[in-house]
Amino acid sequence: MSKTATNDIGEPMPADVHERESSNRTKATPRRRRRPLLSITTRIDSRRYLAISTVAFVLFVMLWWGITAAEIVKPMFLPSPERVWQRLSALAAGGQLWDDLGISLFRISFSFFLACAMAIPLGMLIGSFRVLDAAFEPMIDFIRYMPVVAFVPLTILWVGTNEPQKYLIIWLGTFFQLTLMVQDCVKRVPRDFIDVGRTLEMREWTILQRIVLPSSAPAIWDAMRICLGWAWSWLVLAELVAASAGMGYRITVAQRYFQTDTIIGYVLVLGLLGLASDQLMKLLGKTMFRYQERT
Amino acid sequence: MTSSELTLRGVGKSFGRGNRRNRVLDGIDLTLADNEFVSLVGASGCGKSTLLSLVSGLQDYDEGTIEVGGSLVEGPGRDRGVVFQHYTLMPWLNARQNIEFALKAAGYSRADSTRIANEHLALVGLSESAEAYPSQLSGGMKQRVAIARALSYKPRMLLMDEPFGALDALTRRDMQELLIDVWQHHRLTVLFVTHDVEEAVFLSDRVVVMGRYPGCIREEVNIDLPRPRKPEVTGSPEFAELHWRVMSSIKQEAALAS
Repeated sequence: MSKTATNDIGEPMPADVHERESSNRTKATPRRRRRPLLSITTRIDSRRYLAISTVAFVLFVMLWWGITAAEIVKPMFLPSPERVWQRLSALAAGGQLWDDLGISLFRISFSFFLACAMAIPLGMLIGSFRVLDAAFEPMIDFIRYMPVVAFVPLTILWVGTNEPQKYLIIWLGTFFQLTLMVQDCVKRVPRDFIDVGRTLEMREWTILQRIVLPSSAPAIWDAMRICLGWAWSWLVLAELVAASAGMGYRITVAQRYFQTDTIIGYVLVLGLLGLASDQLMKLLGKTMFRYQERT
Repeated sequence: MTSSELTLRGVGKSFGRGNRRNRVLDGIDLTLADNEFVSLVGASGCGKSTLLSLVSGLQDYDEGTIEVGGSLVEGPGRDRGVVFQHYTLMPWLNARQNIEFALKAAGYSRADSTRIANEHLALVGLSESAEAYPSQLSGGMKQRVAIARALSYKPRMLLMDEPFGALDALTRRDMQELLIDVWQHHRLTVLFVTHDVEEAVFLSDRVVVMGRYPGCIREEVNIDLPRPRKPEVTGSPEFAELHWRVMSSIKQEAALAS
């Protein structure tokens, strides 16, 4: 930013505005104006950001601890943080937690990968060719508004209660959404970029590969991140009904024996997994699309 | 100036259908000689940018014929390099890769692409920034790379659509001088769209004033200022007179239309 006073289109501001501003300050010690923390454009450094978000987590746990310590809610319904921690540690030591985690992670990774591998090419084609848009877009839009939850009984009838049913639920929940999100990303590729390809006599297929795909890649990556967040919910849904292993299954079993500590522990682990996968995607995106940053 | 490089005969163009059909260009006759630098000027809505995109082949024309180097324009082609108004460098490629991108599309080998890209970066004075990504380049630098890219595969013609429109006044001046320099070295035919009359007079051999509703050619003004032109020429009385002639032609036209 330039040091001289300018308005937001870069023209110098009238001198009197400048004078009025400076007359409020003592002339002897001109100091830098500090922006208030609660100003819309104020940025904070990463250390301060981390500190604030950590405090928020600590406060959350303290509130939980306070409620249980004051015995506002019966421990049977809301166990204390220590109780949940002990329970989780025991499950981890016994290997149960890791088994459940392993199965669930495989299910979500496999289905999400499958959904992406199908949604990205299809979304790109729909976003690029009007004919395919007409053929697929309204249909997919229709399907994606059908509640995935309602498909659970149907999928069980279709493919049984084995692994494919879990994949199918996660796939149903992400594929249609992601396809339309990818289509939208592709439609936002600047027309001029495609015209550059045309003036170079590139073929349509080459334009799709060399211009449309790389140009929309950062936005597609963001869409994938959002869909992965949803996929976690579909995973647990699939495991709550008709499963014999996995995070969601353990939660259902725990409910039967009134083990609220296990339920809460597993829900927290799921939350952490979601947070970790999201941050990982964010980090990968930053690395892959480093060219977007100004230096 | 002997052979004609670009010939437009009775070119017309409409947008929309039925009652809402809107005629944007009508009966355009225009000829550009080999190595001639011609600017299109006119009030907004006169269809000057549309006319350029018809020549580039990015839009189809409804009537008449457009010929480049004797063959009919039936779509975009590498015989016409285009510099767009908006920045069109691929953000995921650095400056050199952006030029190589075009060269590879034009069928050059990897080694040749790198060599030619470096030559053209030098031509526009950006050898130092070869590795920089578009997000790290200023607006003027981005357009310089875009010009280098459009020239790199040796088109017969360069088509420029308000290429300096988004730049500040000082950068714009530098770019005009750079373009004149490059043009004097390369010797190629240029069709240049601008709304800046001074820019048009400074750069061109001939300024074509367009009228509107529908877009048509109103007047052609020959700019017989000597070359090579230096920026000082803009202060001369001859320049002022030509500037005035073009300006009053646009104003008359605007008065007629309103």
